[in-house]
Amino acid sequence: MNKPVPESETKAAQRLGFVDCDIHPVQRTPKDLYPYLEARWREHSETFGGHLCQGLSGQLSFPRMMASGMRADAYPSNGGPPGCDLELMQRQHLDLNGCDTGMMVCLSRGGMEERNLEFGAALSHAVNDWQIHDWVEKDRRLKAGIVVPQEYPEFAVREIDARAAQSEAFRQVIISPRSSEPLGRRKYWPIYEAIARNNLVLGLHPAGAPGGHSSSGTGWGTYYMQEHYTFGTSISGNVVSLITEGVFERFPNLKVALIESGFSWAPSLGWRMDKQWAHMRKETPHLKRSPSEYLREHFWFCTQPMEDPEEPAHLYDVLDWIGWDRLMFSSDYPHWDFDDPRQALSFKMTEAQRAGILRDNARALYRLS
Amino acid sequence: MKLPFAGAIDCDLHPAVPDVAALMPYLDDFWREHLTERYIDHSPFVLASYAQNLPQSARADWRPKQGVPGADLAALRRDALDAFGTRFAIANVLHGAVALYNADMAAALCKAVNSWIVHEWLDREPRLRASILVPPQDVELAVAEIERCAGDPRFVQVLLLVMGDRPLGHRSFWPIYRAAEQHGLPIGIHAGSTFRHAPTGSGWPSYHLEDSVLQASAFEDTLVSFLAEGVLQKFPGTKLVLMESGFAWLPTLLWRTNRSWRGVRTEVPWIDRAPAEIVRDHVRFTLQPLDVPNGDVLNRIIDHVRSDELIVFSTDYPHWQFDGEDALPDGLSDTMLRKILIDNPLATYPRLRAVAGAGEKRIPMREEMAR
Repeated sequence: MNKPVPESETKAAQRLGFVDCDIHPVQRTPKDLYPYLEARWREHSETFGGHLCQGLSGQLSFPRMMASGMRADAYPSNGGPPGCDLELMQRQHLDLNGCDTGMMVCLSRGGMEERNLEFGAALSHAVNDWQIHDWVEKDRRLKAGIVVPQEYPEFAVREIDARAAQSEAFRQVIISPRSSEPLGRRKYWPIYEAIARNNLVLGLHPAGAPGGHSSSGTGWGTYYMQEHYTFGTSISGNVVSLITEGVFERFPNLKVALIESGFSWAPSLGWRMDKQWAHMRKETPHLKRSPSEYLREHFWFCTQPMEDPEEPAHLYDVLDWIGWDRLMFSSDYPHWDFDDPRQALSFKMTEAQRAGILRDNARALYRLS
Repeated sequence: MKLPFAGAIDCDLHPAVPDVAALMPYLDDFWREHLTERYIDHSPFVLASYAQNLPQSARADWRPKQGVPGADLAALRRDALDAFGTRFAIANVLHGAVALYNADMAAALCKAVNSWIVHEWLDREPRLRASILVPPQDVELAVAEIERCAGDPRFVQVLLLVMGDRPLGHRSFWPIYRAAEQHGLPIGIHAGSTFRHAPTGSGWPSYHLEDSVLQASAFEDTLVSFLAEGVLQKFPGTKLVLMESGFAWLPTLLWRTNRSWRGVRTEVPWIDRAPAEIVRDHVRFTLQPLDVPNGDVLNRIIDHVRSDELIVFSTDYPHWQFDGEDALPDGLSDTMLRKILIDNPLATYPRLRAVAGAGEKRIPMREEMAR
């Protein structure tokens, strides 16, 4: 960030000044985490490696489309995967596009999907150290998400409390929405209690590896096109669970950011929940309000991949329904379906609405100055 | 609001098999003896998605004092056909046979259900039509059942549950779609799960409410399966009717698949045009349960999907989706009402069109959209 950028790019930066709610840093190699892992886990990593709930080792079972799901131009010239090189990220995105704040969502080697819980905990701890030392301390625009293994709530709570005390840079907690149980179930409540206690946000981002269940109630799809669609439906299943189980009655301060999960599905989900609930409310006496009210109050959405109606103006209806204060810009850098902050919001809106989506909504949610 | 005129076509209502005893006359000797020996003749074969005491399984005033909701023809005539001035109604029997693991038993029961609906319902009530219940466990047996029933023009579609062993667009199901296309039968996909898979990508929810809400997600994933697998290119005569699926989720699906298709088209090269266009040409949705708060919002959703030809009327009798006779939302135009109640169903079901004498009259969808 301390390097000169061409003048034309500086102007672009001055125009925008946005918050990016979805940036993916990644380790150049697993060894990047070694300084933060005990010898026992370094050895475990080399001898056994990860243990996930899927049939392929070292790759995803639904291979991504372009360049392993990455922007082809985001591969660093000195090797390693896209997202491993801060200097390139600054040059290609943070500086070029004029990003004020980047919320890091670290999906790589954070232990969320690891079946060996103690190994998952060690990875989580290491990745959280790595985010601070290798990223936040080198570029203060970047904020971190505390990555924890949701299947090990006892550890997750300790880690959340410790990280919240350690650094203001941690603004949310990232767990996998491909959990072994729907996220509203009691098992996960200690995690939410810790999030609420520390004034953090729960961030949910689609995960590559499954948590032991097919991607949909209909079973496994065949193509990545299908798997990609389930990023939305598997998140909405968790939204239904969080609301129906009464998580927000128990933790009224809990706020949830849904990252890379779409947003245009939210209104119809709210209407459908309300309609069904009207007939079945005796089953859930712990709900004091209609389900759509919890949805409106406790959830925030990110733009990328930007919904793309045939008639762009139709998005205006959707924003009216979900609330203009609930959508936050995200780029998904360095993934292949990256959204450019200058082009993603192409439908007509007021300057205040645009400013809300580009920065103000995220600033309010994450208490950014 | 109430229906403004008589002659509607109700595309989804549910006569119920009261018990296995009712099917005995339609089972062959082997299965009759086998089911009796194992005491399976006492089993209810009710799908868990529609467990009988769940509030949505039967409206209070449509629930009989005793016995199974939907099992009585006289009640269905009075409450569902006469009450709404129905011209035709399509009977979808949601029988638990489809949830068995034993495909032979499932096929025997499906066959019995189809024979039962012909003799006990269709022969007695000329306004009724039916869907062919097929055993999804074994595609060859399913095709055989379609071939057995298709000769009777009162069977107007093939019935499948939205959640089974695998997404329904998968190639393993294609012989069913080939047979249906040959016989001019739409594929009716109904809400309900055999629970081969947890209802969400993160496992099993606690409440019936969640299962019920999440049916819509299953329809989304199923429709994406049909698109991604290229079923509607392979069998261009196919119409899909998504029943009890809701409708308000459709704009999202069209927008997201249009966009993702541009990125993934090398993976699915058979998708030769925008998914939204394919959906508008091939896929229809029954009205109930209405998943919008009012008709104004429904009008917005219809605008978002850019077609007024996608919704077909249904009461979903005896399931509880609305009260009294207000089977329609307020605020729809007269043109829209006519389309939902009559024109769209006739355009969807060739076998109803033939009887209705409406010929092939059908407004081309593209012209409509350009309007």
